[in-house]
Amino acid sequence: MGVATTRGAAQARKVRGSRKLAFRVLPVVELAALVSLVAAPFVLAERAALVTLMTNIVILSLFAISFDLCWGFSGIMSFGQALFFGAAGYVVALVGRDLDFSQLLGTLPLAMLIGGLLSAALAAFLLLGRKTPTSIFVAFGTLTGAYAAERLVSGWHYVGAGNGLSSIKLMAFGGFEFVEGAAFYSVALAALVLVYAASRVLVRSQLGLVLAGMRQNEERLAFFGYRVQVFKAIVFIFAGMIAGLSGALYSYHQGFTGPSNLGPGLSTTAVIYCLFGGSGTLIGPVLGTVAIELLSYVLADTDAIRQFWPVILGVVLLVVVMFQPTGLLGLIVSARERIGSFGVRRGAR
Amino acid sequence: MALLEIAAVTKVYGPLRALDGVDVLVEAGTFHGLIGPNGSGKSTLLKLIAGAHFPTTGTIRFDGMDITEMPPYQRARNGLSLKFQITAVLTELSVYDNVLLALQSAETSWQLLRSSSRLRLDDEVMVALDRFRLADRADDLAGELSHGEQQWLEIAMALAPKPKLLLLDEPTGGMSPEERRVTGELLEPIKPDCTLIIVEHDLDFIKNICDRLTVLDQGRVIGSGTIDEIERDPRVQEIYTSRV
Repeated sequence: MGVATTRGAAQARKVRGSRKLAFRVLPVVELAALVSLVAAPFVLAERAALVTLMTNIVILSLFAISFDLCWGFSGIMSFGQALFFGAAGYVVALVGRDLDFSQLLGTLPLAMLIGGLLSAALAAFLLLGRKTPTSIFVAFGTLTGAYAAERLVSGWHYVGAGNGLSSIKLMAFGGFEFVEGAAFYSVALAALVLVYAASRVLVRSQLGLVLAGMRQNEERLAFFGYRVQVFKAIVFIFAGMIAGLSGALYSYHQGFTGPSNLGPGLSTTAVIYCLFGGSGTLIGPVLGTVAIELLSYVLADTDAIRQFWPVILGVVLLVVVMFQPTGLLGLIVSARERIGSFGVRRGAR
Repeated sequence: MALLEIAAVTKVYGPLRALDGVDVLVEAGTFHGLIGPNGSGKSTLLKLIAGAHFPTTGTIRFDGMDITEMPPYQRARNGLSLKFQITAVLTELSVYDNVLLALQSAETSWQLLRSSSRLRLDDEVMVALDRFRLADRADDLAGELSHGEQQWLEIAMALAPKPKLLLLDEPTGGMSPEERRVTGELLEPIKPDCTLIIVEHDLDFIKNICDRLTVLDQGRVIGSGTIDEIERDPRVQEIYTSRV
């Protein structure tokens, strides 16, 4: 049995090798997105407002990825990503104001730490209790966290209360200060590329396979011997760190942070970016952010519909979510490719 | 020595007493069948052994450990494996990845992140699939398999980590007679390495592969012994002639 079995397995492996040559769309989309984002400041060099818009898009793409890691990859419906985003934004603003420090090599890791610690605290309460939490419990728990944080800072004078903190000290590297423009865009894009690469390693690893299994059937995974909630907590904390990083960049770029940066409204925006672009992939949230922000910009700038553009945008979003549940990316990438493969693959297979 | 000892186990769901003082001993290296009419408590007992639910009273000992209130993931890590009654393969993943998931559960998060074991486990995955005639379907999505093949895949997944005890809840449900026959043939070779508890309505299938049977009726054990002993037991005959 053993020899025959091994021989049969070897023959099957040869057959499998021949099936692996199908053209894959996703790497092409990723490469096209990278080239477009790298080229953007050069193409838009004469239009500073568009470079500012693109910088916002890149920063918000980071935020959208943080949500997608939770929902699209791990099945955690987090309505609280803005809590980590906003809290980190406040912290770098306060460090600049009170300690006169804004060196990016210090403040951006600090922002990630803040996002990581807050998400760890929330994960300990929502995910790691004795009883397995329901999706609704986690969704409401994260929503409540964001809502409570927004209310807290709205009444806290030390952090500017309802007015927030303005004139945030410029992000710096040595003696160079980053104002809006190509230099700031480059830092944001570098952060996006690094986060994307790290997230890609995570979701395409064998740990990513666990997440994919968890998303389909948590109970099955528990009966294999996995502590499902621990894996969820790991991803939630990683996503919190990414949200913290994007929140700090956003505060520096806007020169302002306020209570709305912590609340459910912004958290929901991340959900929409993700659903619009295509959840369960890393490039989907980036495409969703680009599409929605560019569409908002164009619609808001069109005289004939200036009053009504949010309604038009809302209808477009609803149509996509209703009739294209896999998002824009689902139009060109098959379900099979979106799920993908996991771990190191041997050349023969 | 018994691998599994179930002592005075009772399970109450609201007004329903699904199990009532059940005692079962399962010897290592045997195939043990749980039979009985619908609603007799077979699947409930299997769920208590697997940890999907906990007993209201009584104790369950496995391989010398008290596992009565141990969570499922710890039971799995201690060598207990389960195939669900309703097929629970991961339909969006490939057949290969379904088995890999089962095999890599002992790895740490760091090892999984580094994907350090995929190549090492490759042969084991393919051998597990080949044993259940699924090696040439390794790259297909599990959802593309027929019902019978999905049942085999789930048994392959449950067996892949080399458990000490495998629980099979109606493994031939929905299978054709030919698929049932083949399932019996595929399970036979695991006997030296793995103890099996099987819940099944197909009595011919049970008689062909099991060494011992426990018969449940209305949440109670009404008979336990070899196939011959059970077939001669008048209480069992009464149930199977009058109600099944």
